[in-house]
Amino acid sequence: MSTIIEQPRYSCALSALQTVLAIPRALPIVHAGPGCASKAFGAVAGAAGYQGEGFGGGAAVTCTNTGEEDVVFGGENKLRKTIEGALKVLDGDLFVVVSGCTSDIVGDDSIHVAEEYRKKGYPIVGTETAGFKGNNYYGHEIVERAIIEEFVGDVEPQVRKGLVNVFSVVPYQDPFWRGDLQEIKGLLKGIGLEVNILYGYESKGVSEWKDIPNAQFNLVLSPWMGVDIGELLKKKYETPYLHYQVLPVGAQETSQFLRTVGEFAGLPKEQVETVITKEEDVFYQYLISITDFIADLRNNLPHEFYTVADSAYALGTSKFLVEELGFIPRGVYIIDDAQGKNAKLIEKAVDGLGKEFQGLVRIEADGGHIEKDIRSKINSGKKSLLLGSTWEKNLAAETASEHLFLSIPINDGVVVNRTYLGYKGGLRLLEDIYDGIFKNGNIARTTLTTLG
Amino acid sequence: MSINLSNSQVNIRDSRLGSITSYHGDAQTLIDQSKDRALHFRNRSYSQCSDCSQGCAETLVYHIRGAAVVTHAPIGCNAGVSGQNYTARAVSVARGQEIHNVHMISTNIQEKDTVYGGLEKLRETIQEAYDRFSPSAIFVTSSCASGIVGDDIESVTCEMENELGIPVIPVFCEGFKSRVWTTGFDAAYHSILRKLVKPPQKKQKDLVNIFNFQGGDTFSSLLKKMNLRSNYLVPLATVEQLAEMSEAAVSVHMCETLGTYISAALEEQYGVPEVKAPAPFGVEWTDKWIRAIAKETGREKLAEKVIAQEHERIAPQLQEIREKLKGKKVYVFAGDSFAHSLANLAIDVGLELVGITTLHHDQKVDNTNSEELITLDNLIKSRGNITEFSVCNKQPYEVIKILKRLRPDVMIVRHQGLTVLSAKLGIPAINEGDANASVGYDGVIKFGNRVYDALRTIKFEKNIAAHVKFPYSKWWLEEEPDPFYFEKEEEK
Repeated sequence: MSTIIEQPRYSCALSALQTVLAIPRALPIVHAGPGCASKAFGAVAGAAGYQGEGFGGGAAVTCTNTGEEDVVFGGENKLRKTIEGALKVLDGDLFVVVSGCTSDIVGDDSIHVAEEYRKKGYPIVGTETAGFKGNNYYGHEIVERAIIEEFVGDVEPQVRKGLVNVFSVVPYQDPFWRGDLQEIKGLLKGIGLEVNILYGYESKGVSEWKDIPNAQFNLVLSPWMGVDIGELLKKKYETPYLHYQVLPVGAQETSQFLRTVGEFAGLPKEQVETVITKEEDVFYQYLISITDFIADLRNNLPHEFYTVADSAYALGTSKFLVEELGFIPRGVYIIDDAQGKNAKLIEKAVDGLGKEFQGLVRIEADGGHIEKDIRSKINSGKKSLLLGSTWEKNLAAETASEHLFLSIPINDGVVVNRTYLGYKGGLRLLEDIYDGIFKNGNIARTTLTTLG
Repeated sequence: MSINLSNSQVNIRDSRLGSITSYHGDAQTLIDQSKDRALHFRNRSYSQCSDCSQGCAETLVYHIRGAAVVTHAPIGCNAGVSGQNYTARAVSVARGQEIHNVHMISTNIQEKDTVYGGLEKLRETIQEAYDRFSPSAIFVTSSCASGIVGDDIESVTCEMENELGIPVIPVFCEGFKSRVWTTGFDAAYHSILRKLVKPPQKKQKDLVNIFNFQGGDTFSSLLKKMNLRSNYLVPLATVEQLAEMSEAAVSVHMCETLGTYISAALEEQYGVPEVKAPAPFGVEWTDKWIRAIAKETGREKLAEKVIAQEHERIAPQLQEIREKLKGKKVYVFAGDSFAHSLANLAIDVGLELVGITTLHHDQKVDNTNSEELITLDNLIKSRGNITEFSVCNKQPYEVIKILKRLRPDVMIVRHQGLTVLSAKLGIPAINEGDANASVGYDGVIKFGNRVYDALRTIKFEKNIAAHVKFPYSKWWLEEEPDPFYFEKEEEK
């Protein structure tokens, strides 16, 4: 879709430089105008709850800083010099060239220039990620594809039984990506799998990417993102993939997820069930322990909700709120701007959610429309919960609703290792929601009159 | 001076002011060479990311109350608008004003728009901005993509201005056009001067234009003592306030680099003098600044009274903070002009200045009467030559080598994202994010206290330094002695 956008919730394809940075010791080389890299950092990492430059991001990102002369005469030589400098100054295991609007319009062949250096033995791949070509979901896939095609390359897989590669949330675009991937890895390890999580602090980095062809199977854990990569790996290395559409939040979905994965992997059933039994036991003890609070303060608690997030996060959390906590959905706004077959995949995932969601899920990238729609519904006098970004926080304040961060931009919050995935994540989500009611004023069993 | 309002595009700083982004040596030599514009732009053969004009232009036009902004760009150029909106809201509260929300719509340029042109979409988006926000003016910012494909933004803005009956104002700020991001400020000012500023109906003899960012309200208490009113421009001002800036008695700066273009234009076109004094950072500079304003507004006697009172008022606190900070070494990484002001301020609170890196350097200012407007010259006159002086457009890979050699106790930074560099080296940094915070006599004390607090909480930085890994090679960090290695290589 080429809609105009007010209140953006994603960035452009070049922001996939953050995907590169999410791989330990991988570094981007940006061939673009002077503001592109720092803007991408600000919009996707800074606005993901102040996630910093880390190892080599932020102001440290290499960039050709395209000037007028590069637009007029072409910028390939500047890119070559910049790559040569980067290879001397920086100490990385993998370099990924990401290009911007300037170089792609004037026709610089960034992919070919990167190839020149790869042929000399340097670990470098090129991509074309001009901002006008798509958003950072699109860019994320371009980067993954380039690394697999050009860096992992054509190798004979040495399949290890029990090894799985995970393709799931988009780093930084999902502000909780670090905690999420850690949790997913933990869950899969728990049932006995070996995991290439590929991004984040629990990844071994480039060696995991080199290990991709050896997996028993690939796990695509997202409504649509990663399906094309699953297909690519199936063709390239004959690796089968499991597509599980709903991010597991809470006990029901997580147990379902583990059973499905266990079955696909051919793990012994008892092995998986033992884990599930133990995890559910703990989960429900915690849940029961909060029942007094929920029962006593029922009338003070929000019970209708609006979710504004990408398809992965919106569907996973919404399902948990409805199925396990009894919330009523009022609007689910999916912002990832998926097109064609990917949009169809989202629709399929939505259909699987149940009748409560019928007619409430909207795919919308223009935040102006999202705000307008929520405003038209929210004056119902009920206590509402708005799950979304800083944009929704402003709206929540205006409408005396509760707010919880679920998607970027997050300009007035800090994210470290938070995750809402898995058994623990579900508990964290309900803890954050119920803890949040006290931040809006003095709430007690005896203060019902403060409600609208 | 080269202010020509009949052109829709501003003359970029590179050619207008001879701006450069690389230099290393001492400050006096830089000033001497700048007098003849003898310094030429030098590329680095290796570079880290800079910033762009579009980003600077939006920092001004996003925050005009009553205006909407249409960005004719792919979504990445303006994906950070939420951060700007959050800042606007926070500063509105800090200034005790009504909340300002940024009203931005992006045309979200797609590949097909780069092939067939994006003007129809631009027209629709302007209409949509008008319908959604009922603005009294609409700014339209350009981008690298719209610039290279040659979309005729001006023709559409003209048509829409006629159709809608409000100013629809193009701001040409393509990132690739200028090597100096501050050109973006000039582009925004240029568009405001062309389309919004009206000739004075009357003179407002007590009104002081203050060119600043969206910082706190720190000028007013000082100006009030002089019976003057502050007119904060451009962020958080209304469209009407902008129209009237030609009626002010004088224009002053939070940073001369920020306001050079518009204050020179106001002096030239409407006779509003640009204050001929350093910006009010540090006691002596604040004295000079007050006297210069007094001279323009006929308040010389009052000025002396205010200065004497203020000196007496802050003397005990100033003494105390100077004692506390005595002997501590400071490095300044900001600016152009703002770095000079911060350096002067740092010395004033008792710190020992070991060096400065400014993010660019203008070899001249826009005002033809540049007396007291060459800020680095002001600094040298006040504090002597600075032997460790460099210019680079961020480039943490260069600055890390300077900091490792000089080992300051504290670093003063203006830009978000640069404080982390010194923190990783175990050196606390102060982010002068609210660039108005250190203004005037109270600002000196508050600044000193912020530095002192940062020095007291150093265990955090030490903790970070003990565990951090840098992305730089052993060769670069330990073997190659020259931080400016890649500048030299380009000269060959």
